[in-house]
Amino acid sequence: MPVKEQRQAPPPEITQGRHPMEKYLRMDRIPHIWCAGCGLGTTLASFLYAVDDMGLDPDSLAVISGIGCTGRVAGYVRMDSYHTTHGRPIAFATGLKLAKPYTKAVVFSGDGDLFAIGGNHFIHAARRNLDMNVICVNNLNYGMTGGQVGPTTPLGGRCTTSPYGNFEHPFNLVHVAASAGAAYVARWTSLDVRRLQKAIQEMLSRKGFSFLEVIAPCPTNYGRRNKLGSGLDELRYYADHAVIKHGADLSETDMIPGQDFLVGKFVDSEKPTFWEMYQDKVAALEERSSR
Amino acid sequence: MTSTQTRDTKRWKVPKGNICVQDDLCKGCGFCIDFCPRDVLASAQHFNTKGYHPPELVDPEGCIMCRFCELVCPDFAIWTEQPEGEDEHEEEDD
Amino acid sequence: MPAKAVLSGVHFMNGDEAIAEGAMAAGCRFFAAYPITPQSEIAERLAARLPRIGGTFVQMEDELAAMAAVVGASWGGDKAMTATSGPGFSLMMENLGLAVMTETPCVLANVQRAGPSTGLPTAVGQGDMMQARWGSHGHYELIALCPYSPQEAFDLTVRAFAMAERFRTPVLIMTDEVVGHMYEKVEIPEEVSEASRRRPQGPPDEFLPFKPDEDLVPPMACTGEGYRIHVTGLTHDERGYPDMSADAQDKLVRRLCDKIRLYPDEYTLWEEHFLEDAEVAIISYGISARVALRAVELARRQGHKVGLLRLVTAWPFPDDLVRRVADSVKGLVTVELNLGQISREVERAVKGKVPQVGVYHSGGRIHRPEEVLAGIEEVL
Repeated sequence: MPVKEQRQAPPPEITQGRHPMEKYLRMDRIPHIWCAGCGLGTTLASFLYAVDDMGLDPDSLAVISGIGCTGRVAGYVRMDSYHTTHGRPIAFATGLKLAKPYTKAVVFSGDGDLFAIGGNHFIHAARRNLDMNVICVNNLNYGMTGGQVGPTTPLGGRCTTSPYGNFEHPFNLVHVAASAGAAYVARWTSLDVRRLQKAIQEMLSRKGFSFLEVIAPCPTNYGRRNKLGSGLDELRYYADHAVIKHGADLSETDMIPGQDFLVGKFVDSEKPTFWEMYQDKVAALEERSSR
Repeated sequence: MTSTQTRDTKRWKVPKGNICVQDDLCKGCGFCIDFCPRDVLASAQHFNTKGYHPPELVDPEGCIMCRFCELVCPDFAIWTEQPEGEDEHEEEDD
Repeated sequence: MPAKAVLSGVHFMNGDEAIAEGAMAAGCRFFAAYPITPQSEIAERLAARLPRIGGTFVQMEDELAAMAAVVGASWGGDKAMTATSGPGFSLMMENLGLAVMTETPCVLANVQRAGPSTGLPTAVGQGDMMQARWGSHGHYELIALCPYSPQEAFDLTVRAFAMAERFRTPVLIMTDEVVGHMYEKVEIPEEVSEASRRRPQGPPDEFLPFKPDEDLVPPMACTGEGYRIHVTGLTHDERGYPDMSADAQDKLVRRLCDKIRLYPDEYTLWEEHFLEDAEVAIISYGISARVALRAVELARRQGHKVGLLRLVTAWPFPDDLVRRVADSVKGLVTVELNLGQISREVERAVKGKVPQVGVYHSGGRIHRPEEVLAGIEEVL
C-alpha cells in the first residue's frame, strides 16, 4: 500500500460512533467476510443507501440470495433475508413474491449462481415479467470456491478450472437479460456508487423484472490469477474503460479485456407483470361465473 | 437481536461537517484514499487490529463533503456527518 | 370450476384429483409444479381451481424451481405444495433438503411410477421409497404417508399439511400411479379444519427464529411481519446466523431429527386386518396393500391364518409397531412394487426373529394376488 508523502493528520476526536447504515445491517456480523478490495461491500452499501434515501420500510423488502460470495449479502442485511440453494434464489423469490405480492423482492446473487446453475430460472422469471429486482454482482469467476471459471469469464481468462486460458465464449449478461424479456436492464461497476444507488432506486420504484449487472473486482481470485492487480487497480481500470451509453444497442455491450466497455441503462420498458395478468384472469373468471 | 453497540470512532471536523473512521473495520483497500477528488485522505502509519493501515484525514480544509469515501467504502468503515438540517441520514433507534 | 375451497359432498374422482382437493381443503394456497406423468391431473386441477379460491398456481420451468418456489411461498406465509413423479423427485432433492434445514412446512406429493430414470412414465411403481427417506444429502428425518385409495389420498393430504405445520418439516405423500389414476368414491366433509402455523410470541427484537419450544419446534415468523429473520441452508444457530462449529452442527442436526423422532404417536398411521389370530402377517403399503388384502381373503379361504399390516406412515419407519406384529406371528411377507426397500426396514426392525419373504415386482403392473399367495406359502 503506497503511503503518500507524510502529511500530518490533525488529531481527531475519539468518540463512539455508528455508521448511518447500521440500522440496516446485522452489526453483530460485521466486519463481513469479503476480501479487502472486493466490490461486494460497496454494492451492498449502494443498496442500503438507496433504500434509506427512498425511505422504504425495511419490512416491505425481502433479500434473497444464492450461494457464493454475493450470496452472503442476505446474511448481513437486517431485513427478512433468505440464503437459499445454489442457483435457486429467483425460483425461491418467485414463491415468496406470489405468496406475498406486496413484498419488494430483491435477489442479490453472483454471475455463476444466476447464469450457470441458475440460468434457467433467470430466463423464465424474466420471460414471465415477475415483479422482482435482480442484482447480479459479476466478478468474472466463482470466487467463494477458489476461483473457478464461470459463464462470464472472458476469453483467455485463467481460472483454476481453465488453467490454460478460458476458451468458452462468455455470456453478455445484459444482453441475455434483455433477450429473455427483462423490463429494466442496466449495467454499472462497483465504482459507480451514485449511479448504482440511482439504478437500484429506479428498480425498487418500478414493477416488473428488473436486472442490474454490477461489474466488481475479485482481487483474491480472478484479479490475482489474471494479473489485474489489487481491487483498487481493478477499480482504476473501470474508471478508465467504462463508457456510459444509455440505450445502447445490446450487441455493442460485450466486454472484452483491455477494451472500453459500455455501462448505463439499456432497457426501461413497461409491460404487464405476471401477477397483474394472473389477477386479470381471476377477475375475468369471477365475472364470467357471476353472470 | 442485533447488537447496535458503538465502536471506537475517529471524528475529524471539516468545513462542511465531520469525517468519521472506524479503524477496526477497515481492510486497507485504498478506495477512499485513491478516489477522493481532493486527496484529503492518506493511509495512516499505524495498523489496526487486523494489520491494515486505516485512512486518516490529512487535509481537513480540503474536504468538499462529496461523500464519495462514504459511498465507496466496502466495509462501512468511513462515513460523513453533516450539521443538523443538512444531514442526509437520521440517527434512528432500530 | 367451483369457487369453494372445500368441495363438500360425495364425489367420484381419482387419487390425483383427491390430492388436489385435499390440499385446497387443508388451506393450501400456493402450488408450483412441473408437469410429469402421472402427476399431471394434480397440477391441472389446481391450475383450474386455485385462482377461484384466492390461491396461486404457477407452472415452473423445472422441478428444482418448483420445490424452491414452494419453500419461498411458505416463507411468504402460504401453505404450499408441489407434486411430481420419480424423475422430478430426484431433481427436487436439494431443495427438499433446504426445506428440512430451514424447517419450512410444505407438502410434496410423489405419484410414483416405474423407474429408474425415465422408466415407464405411465405405469405404476413404488421404487422411490428409500429415496423418500434418504434422497437428499445429509442426515435428517421427515414424514412420508402412503395412501391406498383416492379417499385416503384426500384425507392424508389434509393431515400432511397439519403435520407439516406441527413439525415445521416437509411431508411427503408417497402414492403411486394406480392410486393416482383410479376413480373411486371420495367423501369430502362439510368442514375441514386448517392447521395453523405456530407464531412467535413477544416483541420482534427479542425473537430468535430458530430457538425451539419445549417440543423442539421453533415458532415461525414469515416475511414482512416485522421480525426481520435470516434464513439459511448453512448450519446455523438460534438466531439463524451461520455457525461453522461442529457443536452447532451436531446440536442442530440432532434437534431436526429429534423433533420428529420423539413424537411417533403424532404421525404413525397404520391399519391392521385379520392380525388377531394370524400366523403370517403381510406388510405392505399403497396399491400393493390392496392386492395384499385380496390375497389375505384368498389365503383365509384356503385355511391359512393370514393378516395384513398396512403401513400408512412409511417414514419414520414404525419399528415398534412392526416388531409387535412380528412377535405375534410365525412369518412375514413384504409386498411392494420394487425389489425390496421397505422390506429392508422390516428386516432391520425384526432382526431376524421371524422368517421374512419378499414378494417383489419392479413395477409396470401391480401384483397379482396369486403372487402374494405364493409368498405366503413360501413363508409357511
